[in-house]
Amino acid sequence: MMHAEGLVLRFGAVAALDDVAMEIHPGEVLAIVGESGSGKTSLLRVLAGLQPVQAGSVVFDGQEVLSLSDAAKRRLMRTEWGFIHQNARDALRLDISAGGNVGERLMAAGARHYGRIREETAHWLRRVEIDPARMDENPRNFSGGMQQRLQIARTLITRPRLVFMDEPTGGLDVSVQAKLLDLIRGLVAELGLAVVLVTHDIAAARLLAHRIMVMRHGRVVEEGLTDRVLDDPRHAYTQLLVSSVLAA
Amino acid sequence: MTTGYNFAYLDEATKRMIRRALLKAIAVPGHQVPFGAREMPLPYGWGTGGIQVTASVIGSDDRLKVIDQGADDTTNAISIRRFFARVAGVETTESTTEATIIQTRHRIPETPLREDQVLVYQVPMPEPLFKLEPRVRESTKLHALAEYGLMQVKLYEDIAKQGEVATSYNHPVIVDGRYLMSPSPIPAFDNPKMDMNPAIQLFGAGREKRIYAVPPYTRVESLDFEDHPFRPIRAPHACALCRSTESYLDELITDDRGGRRFICSDTDYCAQRQRT
Ligand SMILES: Nc1ncnc2c1ncn2[C@@H]1O[C@H](COP(=O)(O)OP(=O)(O)OP(=O)(O)O)[C@@H](O)[C@H]1O
Ligand SMILES: [Mg+2]
Repeated sequence: MMHAEGLVLRFGAVAALDDVAMEIHPGEVLAIVGESGSGKTSLLRVLAGLQPVQAGSVVFDGQEVLSLSDAAKRRLMRTEWGFIHQNARDALRLDISAGGNVGERLMAAGARHYGRIREETAHWLRRVEIDPARMDENPRNFSGGMQQRLQIARTLITRPRLVFMDEPTGGLDVSVQAKLLDLIRGLVAELGLAVVLVTHDIAAARLLAHRIMVMRHGRVVEEGLTDRVLDDPRHAYTQLLVSSVLAA
Repeated sequence: MTTGYNFAYLDEATKRMIRRALLKAIAVPGHQVPFGAREMPLPYGWGTGGIQVTASVIGSDDRLKVIDQGADDTTNAISIRRFFARVAGVETTESTTEATIIQTRHRIPETPLREDQVLVYQVPMPEPLFKLEPRVRESTKLHALAEYGLMQVKLYEDIAKQGEVATSYNHPVIVDGRYLMSPSPIPAFDNPKMDMNPAIQLFGAGREKRIYAVPPYTRVESLDFEDHPFRPIRAPHACALCRSTESYLDELITDDRGGRRFICSDTDYCAQRQRT
């Protein structure tokens, strides 16, 4: 579905990405883990066509993403792709209703029947466990977990095939995180989504991902099936990462 | 005539520059074209954008009508009419039928326009996305990519919160199936008159330095939902003076005991009907 190779991204002397390759198949969840500053967010942004690179290639459904026009990239982002930000407030429009937020992508895709937009929106609110009775409320006063669920509904309503998630549970209470991860796991399985999931959280990666890529200093140091990487890490850095989680 | 001004106040180079912007605007219906607006001897709220457009298209044999909220006799309309009578020596008129150029603020005349007429709108804010996307670079991009979902979300919010679309003025339109355009603050009632109109419609925004246009016989559709269709609303009364049940009405308070009267906002239309 998507594969990338030879990605190089430098910010001055910093190599955020240093010859990175990846691939993801339909319905697959790929976790990208690594310490802060290792290049996870950079990779996600490059894959989603949001960040130009110095070298490399990203191919989605046979087309080179990095050379697509702005219009074509935005179209993909509205239809085939979704992007879940760590901070829901960066993605939501806080001055319009929860329902307006969820229905926006439908309207952007050309939906012009108010009643059907409402129905579909209510359906998606229910799926992310938000009471549809709160549809016309402003999401500014929703809890962090609710805002994140609203962002998920807003992104998934147009049935994207590939979703990029950057620390979707970051910044939330631990109990809220666990519930949210469960919800994401259910939706991903039900919808057969392909997900590139960036996370610090090894436990989240274990719960959601089929495969794991470990990054350090802009390079992929280890990659493999989730159980293999976590239970039998080969690279010293992965061993450290996994053991520090066990110790914590 | 020795006024000390060039014909129609603006110098010829400025007029040519504005005409180039107008031609471009007509070639890309509904698209906002930046222009080098000049300082005019009137404050912005008085329609300097419209005045510059009128000054650039007016000829000595034109007959000019100026309306403000439909009326020919407000201070604003009178001053602009006098201004052009003085700096261009043109004839002025209050009759829609007799005018070749009509400069307007907030209304489209009730009397249907013809192919040999030009309607010049004074525009305070040309960008229909302004309130939703204040960053100019971003709104320019939305126009370039025809991404107007956000405007639809605004209408959605109106219906969700008030049960109906709340924009009774300045209701956004799509021109020729492509560009989202602000019709300027005309009542929604007037929107259908823009559609397939035989006259040339030119829009000038002085402060924002933008010009846009709707060429003759161009599709102009008001944004709506299939199940909440656009409705051009007028007060459900007959005009107290001419008995019209079709024209757009202004509400007048007649005394301090809550007495009200509804009369045509288009003074020329109303006077014509009273005469016949
Ligand atoms: N816009 C930018 N300008 C300059 N340097 C940047 C920029 N974006 C990222 N970097 C640098 O690139 C490197 C990788 O950053 P990136 O945000 O991809 O890391 P990350 O793995 O997502 O980290 P975190 O876990 O903290 O979110 C870091 O050294 C960062 O400082
Ligand atoms: Mg990051």
